[in-house]
Amino acid sequence: MRIACPYCGLRDVQEFAYAGDSCPQRPDGPDATEGVMFEYVYLRDNSHGIHEEFWYHAAACNAWLVVRRNTLTHAIDSVFPVKDRKAGTES
Amino acid sequence: MSAQSLRLAGGGLIDRAQALTFRFDGKSYEGYAGDTLASALLANGVRLFGRSFKYHRPRGVFSAGPEEPNALVELRSGARREPNTRATTIELFEGLDAKSQNRWPSLAFDLQAINGLASPALVAGFYYKTFMWPVAFWEKLYEPLIRRAAGLGRAARLEDPDHYEKAFAFCDVLVIGGGPAGLSAALAAGRSGARIILCDEDFRLGGRLLSEKREINGRPAADWLAATLVELASLSEVRLMPRTCVFGLYDHGIFGAVERVNDHVAVPPAHQPRQRGWRIYAKRAILASGALERPIVFPGNDRPGVMLAGAVRTYINRFGVLPGRDVVVFTTGDNGWDTVSELAAAGIRVASIVDSRSEIDPAFKALAERVGARLFTGGIVESTRGGHQLRSVIVRDASNTRSLVPCDLLAVANGWNPTLHLASHQGGRAVWNEAAQAFVPGALPSGLAVAGSAAARFTLADALRDGARLGREMVAEIGVTPTAAEAVPSTDTETIGLKPVWRVKGGTGKAFVDFQNDVTDKDVELAAREGFRSVEHLKRYTTLGMGTDQGKTSNVIGLAIMAELEGREISDLGTTIFRPPYTPVAIGALAGHHRGKNFRPMRLPPTHHWSCELGADFVVSGQWTRAKCYPKPGEDLLRTINREVLAVRNGVGVCDVSTLGKIDIRGSDACEFLERVYINGWKTLPVGRARFGVMLREDGFVMDDGTTSRLDENHFLMTTSTANAGKVLQHLNFCHQVLWPNLEVHIVSVSEQWAQVAIAGPRSRDVLRGVVDTEHDISNENFPYLAAREITVGGSIPARLFRISFSGELAYELAVPADYGVALMRALMEAGEHFSITPYGLDALDVMRIEKGHVGGTEFNGQTTARDLGFGKMMSSKKDFVGRLMAKREALTQPDRPCLVGFRSVNSMSPLTAGAHFVCVGQLAVMENDEGYMTSVAYSPNLECWIALGFLKNGPTRLGEHIRAVDPLRNHDVEVEVCSSVFFDPEGARLHG
Ligand SMILES: [Zn+2]
Repeated sequence: MRIACPYCGLRDVQEFAYAGDSCPQRPDGPDATEGVMFEYVYLRDNSHGIHEEFWYHAAACNAWLVVRRNTLTHAIDSVFPVKDRKAGTES
Repeated sequence: MSAQSLRLAGGGLIDRAQALTFRFDGKSYEGYAGDTLASALLANGVRLFGRSFKYHRPRGVFSAGPEEPNALVELRSGARREPNTRATTIELFEGLDAKSQNRWPSLAFDLQAINGLASPALVAGFYYKTFMWPVAFWEKLYEPLIRRAAGLGRAARLEDPDHYEKAFAFCDVLVIGGGPAGLSAALAAGRSGARIILCDEDFRLGGRLLSEKREINGRPAADWLAATLVELASLSEVRLMPRTCVFGLYDHGIFGAVERVNDHVAVPPAHQPRQRGWRIYAKRAILASGALERPIVFPGNDRPGVMLAGAVRTYINRFGVLPGRDVVVFTTGDNGWDTVSELAAAGIRVASIVDSRSEIDPAFKALAERVGARLFTGGIVESTRGGHQLRSVIVRDASNTRSLVPCDLLAVANGWNPTLHLASHQGGRAVWNEAAQAFVPGALPSGLAVAGSAAARFTLADALRDGARLGREMVAEIGVTPTAAEAVPSTDTETIGLKPVWRVKGGTGKAFVDFQNDVTDKDVELAAREGFRSVEHLKRYTTLGMGTDQGKTSNVIGLAIMAELEGREISDLGTTIFRPPYTPVAIGALAGHHRGKNFRPMRLPPTHHWSCELGADFVVSGQWTRAKCYPKPGEDLLRTINREVLAVRNGVGVCDVSTLGKIDIRGSDACEFLERVYINGWKTLPVGRARFGVMLREDGFVMDDGTTSRLDENHFLMTTSTANAGKVLQHLNFCHQVLWPNLEVHIVSVSEQWAQVAIAGPRSRDVLRGVVDTEHDISNENFPYLAAREITVGGSIPARLFRISFSGELAYELAVPADYGVALMRALMEAGEHFSITPYGLDALDVMRIEKGHVGGTEFNGQTTARDLGFGKMMSSKKDFVGRLMAKREALTQPDRPCLVGFRSVNSMSPLTAGAHFVCVGQLAVMENDEGYMTSVAYSPNLECWIALGFLKNGPTRLGEHIRAVDPLRNHDVEVEVCSSVFFDPEGARLHG
């Protein structure tokens, strides 16, 4: 596979580290409960089709990216820095 | 030396001026440049090439290409011995040495052919049925027995003396296959100026044009081939890669290929690789891989002398070899008749032609008459006779009359299977095409097109047409303007009528479906009878298609027979999915130079060469090669370590600690960020001070520890353990970019920018004074324990000084820009000469940290919590931090969970071993009685006994108890006393001196 890093261009997948589903949100703060945290840490759907997931460009720019990948075909239809996503949702 | 008695007088693409001498089974032969091992042996009259896998039946050459199931040999000898190489693809070279496989004591006289008599025991599923019980017998008795009887070649068992390379290529269009379809595609695409790579596994480009006497544009096809190769060579963006097998298609247009750079010489020239593993990134690809001919299943169809009809054409036309003198052609379609005319043209007698079809073109009848062959229409070959060599066939004609036809070669033509493997590597299933009577590529991976025979478009005209069209289409798809279309070359006429016969019933004897794995039609019947009817079950139960040839000649026939037995259509049965590699790939080609010490990058600390000058011993620790110790002449390992430890504890020592991870963290929220990633608090840390921190993974287990210094209000320098430097950086970036992007913080690794040296021992300050610029006051009062400041050394060289200690002594770590590392070390040695300063290595460092109970890599094993490590009280209850909630889980806070404590040998001279498990004295050393495990051990020259750290149930409440440390792997069983994990200077007085 190849991933088009927004900073570095089209790079081989060996440069990246995978970190699974990008949708779960960490339950931040002192009020978070153990149950919710457990779900965040361990429970993931085994998606069939489009999957938004984290990839870390470890061998280059150190950016955490959100990659939309079809788990059936490995076709990737978008890649963007995770920072942009967060900024987008909170602004 | 044997004469090449079966070499035709003329013709063939061999260089008769260049004779090559080679050996097979110890006997010397001669062949020509341009031969394969198979063609050269055939020219010398050799028919018997090996013994079959299970039944040790004599086997000869069956094909002329990569599909060969029989003629597998051990190539070369000694460390270069390569088992299971296909004689049909080995390019002949001077001095080639090959041996037949799987025979004992000799190829012609094989005692184990008796397996054939015991064959009822070796039918499908026999492994599963026969050797079930008792379990212990499998490993000791059955497996060695079967392995001796049934097998392939032997691995060399020596280190491969040759080099392999990895290489990368990028292109617009990759053309796979150098036959007429591939060449015409490369030409049509290449003329546009696009970047083209054409690969063919063969050492000569041309594909079927090398094997057949055909015409293009009214001239011999060889003329078109020569002109095409000349034009392709003239195009600067076209790269022709013969001897290069594209073995796999991976995601996003990435192809794996192996270039056999020097497989056609005995020993690669100096500095050249034997093979080169390519990764080819292609925007588009055209699969023009041709097709593989199918056998027919009938008793004795494996006898040496039975050969695919297309292979017969190849041996005659390409290699100028007479594959037999009396030939019977058994065909189920028009294509077999091409072999008849080629045989006749070469002056070889065709005794009989058996065409299974009752209606055939009158032109074929006329051809049979012209060559003087007896013609059986609607007939079949029922069985074969002969020992190591075909002597005759039994033909059953349309009226069921049997005739014995003497012959020494039977050419079998049953249609072709498109070589569609790569089209299915992405999971696409092949689909049955009734008209072509073959599986054709189904849904294609994006960017891939299929041309010619690989798409079951079997005529030469279609191959040329497909190639020309797809070549232009593919470049157009990537935005390159193709040149104007030219007229597709014309060819002589060709008909491809076919009515395949999958198997012939009625004869007696074994009829093989999979030659390499010795799977017969009876095995397929048995599988059907026992309910293993799905394609995948059939394959696994019978092992059909699971040999090194991966069923290139057998899969489709196996399916067809199963369909027939089940009364279903082949199209309903489906087919298995092909997976890479298309042909076997040597691990060396995948590893390239990454083996031995080059398996991974080697990182050297800044003072490595200085350590070499001192005669240090080194140890590989992860990617790093670090100084283990600095032995003096005649000093053994333990004495060296003891001397280094005592030198530090009583005087002063220096050690390069640059390998520690160093992460620079800045920004107005830097402190808040540390609060969230560490379990302990950071808000109270003043500028100019360092603090020890522990970080958890989100699942509550410890990730790493280290000291972090506050160099300025919003500027921190974090250190990590050597092993976790990368992991911690990734984690911090995750925390920042994913979890808390709104924190104003900047994180960058500076591990390689700074050389860092530990100066440890009671005299360390005295030594430091010799290198630190005098304006910096490093007195105990002004620079106390845990001070951390930016200073200068050696006259204004920027540096960072930290008063931290891993050894438990008065100690400092001094960092300078990496290029100053060696100069700093030399300056320290000079400044410390008066104090007998001693360089110490990783081992002494380890002894001292164990004496102090400091945890290290073996304690951070991913299964230990902060509480297990004795850091429970550091966990802040006033803030949220990564891992906080998960660390509170019930099982992680059980009071009897193994916790860190120290251990010492009861008999002080009994060495301890890390990895030993604890059991109470008097109890059996079994899992139920497990009390914990030992993680770090050392001989302490200060305590004069063996000491250890480890995790013990209720550890801190058991001080003074005696317990066994049992290590069944290394046969160790030592009684130890549980004690505090801090063995030396428990009050920590020495730190503050
Ligand atoms: Zn990047």
